[in-house]
Amino acid sequence: MAEMEIKNLTMNFGPQHPSAHGVLRLVLEMDGEVIERADPHIGLLHRGTEKLIEYKTYLQAVPYFDRLDYVSPQNQEHAFALAVEKLLGIEAPPRAQAIRVLYAEIGRLLNHIFTIAANAMDVGAMTPMLWGFEQRERLMEFCERVSGARLHMGYFRPGGVAFDMPPGLAEDIFEWAEQFPSFIDDMETLLTENRIFKQRTVDIGIISQEQALDWGWSGPNLRATGLAWDLRKSQPYDGYEAYEFDIPVGKHGDCYDRYLVRVFEMRESVKILRQAIEMLPEGPVKVNDHKIAPPSRADMKRSMESLIHYFKLYTEGYHVPPGETYTAVEAPKGEFGVYIVSDGTNKPYRCKIRAPGYAHLQTMDLLSRGHMLADVVANLGSLDIVFGEVDR
Amino acid sequence: MALGRSDRTMIPSEETTNALRELGEQIASLLPKEVLHVEVRLGELMLDVARPSIVKVLTFLRDDVNFQFKQLMDVCGVDHPDREERFEVVYNLLSLSQNFRVRIRVTTDEYTPVPSVTGVFSSANWWEREAWDLFGIYFSDHPDLRRIMTDYGFEGHPLRKDFPLTGHVEVRYDDEQKRVVYEPVKLTQEFRHFDFLSPWEGVQSVLPGDEKAEPDEGKRPGKE
Repeated sequence: MAEMEIKNLTMNFGPQHPSAHGVLRLVLEMDGEVIERADPHIGLLHRGTEKLIEYKTYLQAVPYFDRLDYVSPQNQEHAFALAVEKLLGIEAPPRAQAIRVLYAEIGRLLNHIFTIAANAMDVGAMTPMLWGFEQRERLMEFCERVSGARLHMGYFRPGGVAFDMPPGLAEDIFEWAEQFPSFIDDMETLLTENRIFKQRTVDIGIISQEQALDWGWSGPNLRATGLAWDLRKSQPYDGYEAYEFDIPVGKHGDCYDRYLVRVFEMRESVKILRQAIEMLPEGPVKVNDHKIAPPSRADMKRSMESLIHYFKLYTEGYHVPPGETYTAVEAPKGEFGVYIVSDGTNKPYRCKIRAPGYAHLQTMDLLSRGHMLADVVANLGSLDIVFGEVDR
Repeated sequence: MALGRSDRTMIPSEETTNALRELGEQIASLLPKEVLHVEVRLGELMLDVARPSIVKVLTFLRDDVNFQFKQLMDVCGVDHPDREERFEVVYNLLSLSQNFRVRIRVTTDEYTPVPSVTGVFSSANWWEREAWDLFGIYFSDHPDLRRIMTDYGFEGHPLRKDFPLTGHVEVRYDDEQKRVVYEPVKLTQEFRHFDFLSPWEGVQSVLPGDEKAEPDEGKRPGKE
């Protein structure tokens, strides 16, 4: 019998696969069912956000940040607002800071509910998705009540937040936070000790702490390797140092630990929510400088100066002193950083967005090698990839 | 600009600035030939580094026990077409044990390659690919320098300042040819670009003859 030439199979995973979490084209080189090499092709959702921001004023750039990671839009805005505030040399008033923390944690919950549910669905569990979306819906209602938009809030602006919270909203969020832990318990009964879920995730996609650092990992994925690193604790912003919460860490750095870290982070977020509502100070929600924050509607109708300020702010915007800053926040997916170079005009000279998912997706090859095809889906889901931020 | 009316300011404390400056000078004294300039602004440490020694500097900062910058958080390009070496490559490092960030900058032009740091930090791989794709900054010794963000077969480097916002081609599905076709961009409305560089403060009255007292005062930015 003549010698047979054996060739590896090259398979296209995506870009229109429901488990590709958007538009990932993953070229897999396979030896039977086993992955030999994974080559992610990204950029199918590239919209040139950074280029567009260079042509917009600082205020007009805010909505672009919502559309990066559309699962938790608030947290991106937060990074941008902090970066611009740093360049302007201002700080948001205490009430604005507390509201931002409140909504940043709502963003974290929105994200973690979605991620866990989607990850579970990827490995075959349907119910968490259905249950989780009910909770997400209620959270998005809170977003709508404060900003008018369910998803793309445009609410965190340099100098504070766009509007004050309507009366009664804080109480409703508090009430919601009271019942939410029971949802986490219910969801955990479906997943945490579920035999199928554990078979699909335990010891899948293990990454060591050194590797995770080398590959620029951050957020829950890094913490799942056992490193207690959280920017909210280590480099606190907007008064996070005043809140009491713990950083959950994993042990093995596998898919299951990444799931567990997220579950525990949700419980910590609920703690922060409660504290933020209890400590919510009174006062203004944006800086008292009408060269940066718009005057109130009522003022605008009566005072000529306010009208001029209003007009100038929404046409020309404000000029930001020359300088550069890299400001990062602990977004639900990891370290979300904004690097802004300002040349003293009303538009950013350069705005680089450091998306956590970009660094995580890079490791697909490392994580998938030697695993089965089905594990690629579990890995991808556990990394928490959203293509809005990866492709920008 | 008048910013005095803000309630509180976020200007970093003197201590942080001094600590960072000390750290920067420490690094500069250990790498005297490689570090060209140390700067601390807005509570952030920036080092300008000679292009050929970027690998050495990053390796040193990663491995030295006093610094331990174990994470490379970001690499990106910045385009300054008016400069002699138009591109800046910016590396953002993070030290988890020391809780410090440092920003390293090297300059280059369209033709000079920057040594790739993928051997030092694996995470640099895609960020360097991105800088190559969007700016056309070439990295030598990069294992896999393909385009990453743009379309297959894309021409040009979109984040360069001389690349138009609209791009050069647009795509659509052609029903007759039954495939996606590329065509030059047609704008139905002219691209609108507003110039708002007039100063916010409005006209500053300069009395005739004042410019003789202080030669630089007479000139206002934006009104030549």
